Formats: sequence, structure tokens, C-alpha cells
Amino acid sequence: MAHAQTSHAPSDKYYVPHSSPWPIVGSVSLFTTVVGVALWLNHVNAGPWVFALGLAMVVFMFVRWFGDVIRESESRLYNEAVDRSFRMGMMWFIFSEVMFFAAFFGALFYARQFSIPWLGGEGVKVFTNLLLWKDYENAWPSNGPADVGGDFEVIPAFGLPAINTAILLLSGVTITIAHHALKAGNRKVLNIFLAATFLLGFLFIVLQAEEYMHAYHELNLTLGSGVYGSTFFMLTGFHGFHVTVGAIMLTVIWFRCLKGHFTPTHHFAFEGVAWYWHFVDVVWLILFVFVYWL
Amino acid sequence: MAHTHEAAHHADDHSHDHHGPEKGWRRWVYATNHKDIGTMYLVFSLIMFFVGGTMALVIRAELFQPGLQLVDPMFFNSMTTMHALVMIFGAVMPAFVGLANWMVPLQIGAPDMALPRMNNFSFWIMPFAFTLLLSTLFVPGGAPAGGWTMYPPLVLQNGTSFPMLIFAVHLMGASSIMGAINVVVTIMNMRAPGMSLLKMPLFVWSWLITAYLLVAVMPVLAGAVTMLLTDHYFGTTFFEAAGGGDPVMFQHIFWFFGHPEVYIMILPAFGVVSEIIPTFSRKPLFGYDAMVYATASIAFLSFIVWAHHMFTVGMPLAGQLFFMLATMLIAVPTGVKVFNWTATMFKGSISFEPPMLFALSFLFLFTIGGFSGLMLAIVPADFQYHDTYFVVAHFHYVLVPGAIFGIMAAVYYWLPKWTGHMYNNKLATWHFWLSTIFVNVLFFPQHFLGLAGMPRRIPDYSTQFADWNMVSSIGAFGFGLSQLLFAYIVWQTARGGVKASAKVWDTATPHGLEWTLSSPPPYHSFEVAPEVK
Repeated sequence: MAHAQTSHAPSDKYYVPHSSPWPIVGSVSLFTTVVGVALWLNHVNAGPWVFALGLAMVVFMFVRWFGDVIRESESRLYNEAVDRSFRMGMMWFIFSEVMFFAAFFGALFYARQFSIPWLGGEGVKVFTNLLLWKDYENAWPSNGPADVGGDFEVIPAFGLPAINTAILLLSGVTITIAHHALKAGNRKVLNIFLAATFLLGFLFIVLQAEEYMHAYHELNLTLGSGVYGSTFFMLTGFHGFHVTVGAIMLTVIWFRCLKGHFTPTHHFAFEGVAWYWHFVDVVWLILFVFVYWL
Repeated sequence: MAHTHEAAHHADDHSHDHHGPEKGWRRWVYATNHKDIGTMYLVFSLIMFFVGGTMALVIRAELFQPGLQLVDPMFFNSMTTMHALVMIFGAVMPAFVGLANWMVPLQIGAPDMALPRMNNFSFWIMPFAFTLLLSTLFVPGGAPAGGWTMYPPLVLQNGTSFPMLIFAVHLMGASSIMGAINVVVTIMNMRAPGMSLLKMPLFVWSWLITAYLLVAVMPVLAGAVTMLLTDHYFGTTFFEAAGGGDPVMFQHIFWFFGHPEVYIMILPAFGVVSEIIPTFSRKPLFGYDAMVYATASIAFLSFIVWAHHMFTVGMPLAGQLFFMLATMLIAVPTGVKVFNWTATMFKGSISFEPPMLFALSFLFLFTIGGFSGLMLAIVPADFQYHDTYFVVAHFHYVLVPGAIFGIMAAVYYWLPKWTGHMYNNKLATWHFWLSTIFVNVLFFPQHFLGLAGMPRRIPDYSTQFADWNMVSSIGAFGFGLSQLLFAYIVWQTARGGVKASAKVWDTATPHGLEWTLSSPPPYHSFEVAPEVK
């Protein structure tokens, strides 16, 4: 390979890692995890244990893989081009997450706009109602013409959900302040406001858990409460899961900040997490409007 | 070799330039090199091609004559279901990802893919996903048998295999999303200086658009199968009318994924053909810009035509009209492409090397599949064709002489570049003629069967369908056995043969950066980015 005539500064070179065990460890871990769940669902006793083992392996893989990446980043192996790849990768990952939520929002809108009105006999579907589900009226919330799961009450938007909205919006503000502080080199403000952000995140999760308890124990609103319960818990549940992941990510970069990682110009991980956090924030706003409020 | 000794901590960084690949199994299992990962993808997809092909032969053997003779009907249904899943997710998609891995960095002048570790992750998930899927053949109750589209409530009747199916789909989806993100980022970020978007080779363009489709729709499929899982085990009623849901809703969500998926499997083949036809016509591609815009239009339209897969479910008239017209609109950009390929050849100095033969066969036979697609788009006609062998003939024409011939054309075009050896031209030409003849013997009669009313996914049929079924089955075995020749040619070329030059097609006019590198190319493709004028 004699095609290089000039000596290039290292930062001109795109960093390509030599080899890495973590992808294969990750594949085995994911496989173990899903096999565990499959066994569990098929009532095999070992299922939960295999699942737990797989999950532990996934965590191990993430810690070690990200550990490698953080080490490389702190050794300044990543030039601007690599940084750009990470940014683009994160944006496209978030786009894929948006589409995942879109599937569930699609289900919600379909149920509200089509399936429930049709079961109620709207439009050309009058016989569906007349012959199959007589006396069922188009209404929302609904657990369907068979009253699946029994009578239930819904959670009013302007109680706990509104407080949760305020919490997430506030956390969006605190992370922005932290980001500005990072860029200004003000590490103290950075550390404080980043801590505030993940604490708000965990507070949100606690309140959400509280709300779930309330729904299950007092309102008889469960995952099995017809299509309302299905869409309500799947949307808020997946959102809650994403908030949890986001809050863990925030905690990780907080520890990195405490260790003195990141510079005013070199902090992709911080921005990636911040974007992700704004993404879960926006999903919540849409959720708040269409699941709780309207 | 480009290296510096400026900073000690860069020792790791450039030491790998001196070494080639790692020794032994680590080279493959711990791989980060785009060529190694591309090779693994291609080999994996070839294996899956034979696994899925064997299942197809079980189907065609059973259908050789009317009556039930070879397999249990339930197993027959498992075969149709698994054949589709294996071919779509295991053969066609990984083959194109493999081609992207090999060719995108070479064509844009990059040292490697943008995110090399994630690249390996997306590959290694696949063998595990298919281990999970194929192992359903051995569990109580057998493999999934409700069709690859997994429509509820039928799919919920799968037994032990049900969660395995769902999780296999989740794993494949995760793999596809990571692979697609890698391709997009590589193309957007790693192009050689001077290569503006409208100077990219069309194969790169087609993959950029494909990757976008993948990132947009694979999560939707993941969502759809997650709802199936919770409907089955956790009491949700997304797809159950009694709870206010609707089984048809699954079809809407599924086909919102499924129709772009169709283009995910054909757009890269368009890209391949757009590379090959100019080379062997010794003319530049006719209407490059129009090709790019046509590809993008097809991708856009693919998002708003999904319900043409489900005209018979009883959707409102406005919906039927919209989806019919939107579907027919796709014929316009597709027509642009077919016209441009034809115009590229017009007055060209054409030679018929194996890649060109496959590209030409693609052009004619894919167009047949396109036309039968137009017929299916017409709502009242579709009421007759729906779920008949006409549909089977249609999508096999676009997938086999379409997508798979595109892959084979690509392999015959770039195999000398990958291995450094020329393949046996005579054998490859034999492989071409056998494939092209048998693929028509196999699928053309299925049009007649479908128009005469033979339903798909049924192990037995009325005796009036006997003759054409027999012809079709003969074609299937002929086609299947011919592919052993393909595997042999690839194996033989990988092992040795006449040395290929850097340009490979010395008497033709191949364009693109990949031809500026040696055959095989250096382990790290472009250490120094080439200038593109």
C-alpha cells in the first residue's frame, strides 16, 4: 500500500477500531434474553433465570462496550469526522424510536377514529353494530363492546399527569442550562444542573409508578381494560421505559462530568443524551395531549 | 503507508495498518472490517437462500400433483410461512446489506464503514435470530404456520413457537436498523472530498434511500409484533373487536412496514443494474439525475400505498380509491427507470458478460412483475386476484428475477474485485441460462393458475390445476438445482483462478472509485481519501 505520499496528522485519520469482542457478546446476550422470555412464556421453569442471565449479560456488554468507547474518546482518538458519525448515528437512532412510538400512536388513533366508531355502527358499518354488537355505542374511553376487563375510570389529565408534564419540561430546561454551562466551561453549574435533570427524571418515574398503582388498585384501569387500557399502558409504559433509560444515561454522563470528562468543544455523549432526553420529553407532550387530555 | 509517530497514544490507532486481518476465528467473530463483515453477510445470505429454497422445494414437491401425498398440511403451512421469512429476512435483505458493506466504502472512497463495531453487531445478531426462528421447526406444535404476515387472530394460535417467532422478528429488526443507520451515516459522512451527493454512484444512492426506508419502517414492524405478543400473553386487545380493537388494524400497521419493505428489497437491485448496464453498454447512464429522483419518488410513494395489500378487508370506498391511484402512480417513476436503462443501451456497444446477462434478464422479468403489480392495483380486479396464485406469481417475479437476479448480477460484477480472481465465464453463462429459463417455467404458469382461481397457501388443489402445477414444480427443481452451480462458481473463484486486474472489465467501461483499487482491494480500503473531480 504505497499510495500515501504525505504524512497525515493523526486527527486526519478516521478511527477504525482494530477488533472488538462486544458485538458478539451483545448478540449472545440478546439471544439469551429473548430465549429466556420465550421459555418463560412457554411456562418453562428455567425461563426467568435465563432471562435474568441474559439481561445481566446485556448490562455487562453495555458497560464494557461503552467503557471502550469512553476510553478511546478520552484518549482523543476521535476526530471531527468520527464525532459527526456519532451525531448522525444518534439522530437516526432517535428517528427509529420515533417510528416505534408512531406504531402505538397509530394504534391509538385507529382505535379512536375507526374501530370504535365502526363497532358503534358508524357509516357503512351499521350491520357490524346491528348484528354483532347491538347496543354498543361509540364512545371514548372504551374497553370495547364486550366490556373487557370490567368498568374502569380514567386518570384525569390535570392531576398527576400535569405535574409530570411540568417535571419533564423543567428537566428540559435544566439540561439546557447544564449544556450552556459545559460550553462556557462552568463545571460547577454543569454538575448541579445535570444532577437536577436526572433527579427530575427519576421523580417522574416514581410518580408514574404511583399513578400505575392508583390505576390498578383503585380505578380498575389495567392493561386488560380493552383497547383503552391497551393503548394507555403500552404508550405510557414504553415511554416510562425510555425515561428510565434516559435517566440512567444522564446519571452516567453526570459521573463522567464529575470525573472531568468532556470539554467545551468535545462532548458528543452529553449532546447525544440531551437529544434523547428532549425526545422522551416530546413524546410525553404528545402522550399528554392525546392519551390523557383529549 | 500512511502513518505518523507524533504521539504515543496513537500507537493503537495506526498499528493495525501494519497488520492485516487478525488471525483465525477472531478475524470473523471480532470483525470490524467492512469487507470481512460484508463477506459474512453474503455467505450467511447464501446459506439462508438454500435453506429457504429447500422449503420452497418441499412446497413445490407437495404441489407437483393434486392430493395430499408428501407432507402434513400443517407442515405445509409452516413451510410457506418459514420460506417467506427466511427468504425475505435471511436471504435477500442480508445479501443487500452485504453488498452495501463491501461496495459503499469502496464506491465513496472511505477507509471503512462509519461505525465498524455496530456493523459487526448488526451482522452477528442475524445468525442468532435465525437459530431462534429455525428452531421452531423442532418445538411442540411445529413452526409458525399462519403466513409470514402474521395476521391475527390466526397467528395467535401458534403454540410454543409463537414467542420465538416474535423475538426472532425483533432481533432481525434490531439488526436491520443498526445496519441501516450505519449505511446512512457512512454515505452522509464518509464520502471522498469532491463527491457531492449527485456525483455518487447509483448503487450508493439506492442504498441511501433504502436505509432511510429501513430506519423508518423496521421499528413499526417491531411495534406491530409487540402488540401481537401482548395480545397473546398480557391481555391487551389491540386486535380484538370485543375489546374495541380490530384485527384489520394489525394489517394496516403491518403493511405500513410491509410495503416499504418491498422497496427495501428491490431498490438496491435497481442500483446494481444502474451500475452494470452502462459498463457493458460502454455508455454513461442515461438520465442520472432522473434516476435519483425516480428512486426517491418510489420511496416516498411506498409509504402511502400500503392498503393495496388488503383491498378485500372491507375498507371505505375513499380508501380503496386513494390506495389504488397512489399505487398506480408508482408506475411513473418505475417507468422512468426502465426507460432510462433501455435508453442507456440504445446505440451502445453491448457485450454480454454474465453480470450484463443477469441485468438484462432483470430488466425484462422485473417489468413483467411490475405489470402484474399494476393489474393487482386495480381494486375490482384485485377482488378476483386476491390470495390466488396470481399474487404469488407477481411477487415472485419481482423478488426472484428482480431482487435475486439483481444480487447475482452484483456478485458476477464485483466478485473478481472482491477475490482478485476471474470466475469461470462458461459456467456462469450456463448458470444464467438455466436460471432464466427455469425461473420462467417455475413462475409464469402460476399466473394462469391464479387467474383460473387457484388459492395460495393450500397444500391440495382441484384437478383442473394439475398440469400447470406440474410444470411449475419442474421449473422449481430446475431452478433450485441450478443454484448449486452458483455456489460452486463462487467457491471456485474464492479459491483461485485467473488474476483479475484492478479494472476487472478491461474491455468495458466500468466507472467508479472501486476500480481504482487493486483486486482484491487493500484491507483498509482508502487510507487516503481520493479526490473526486
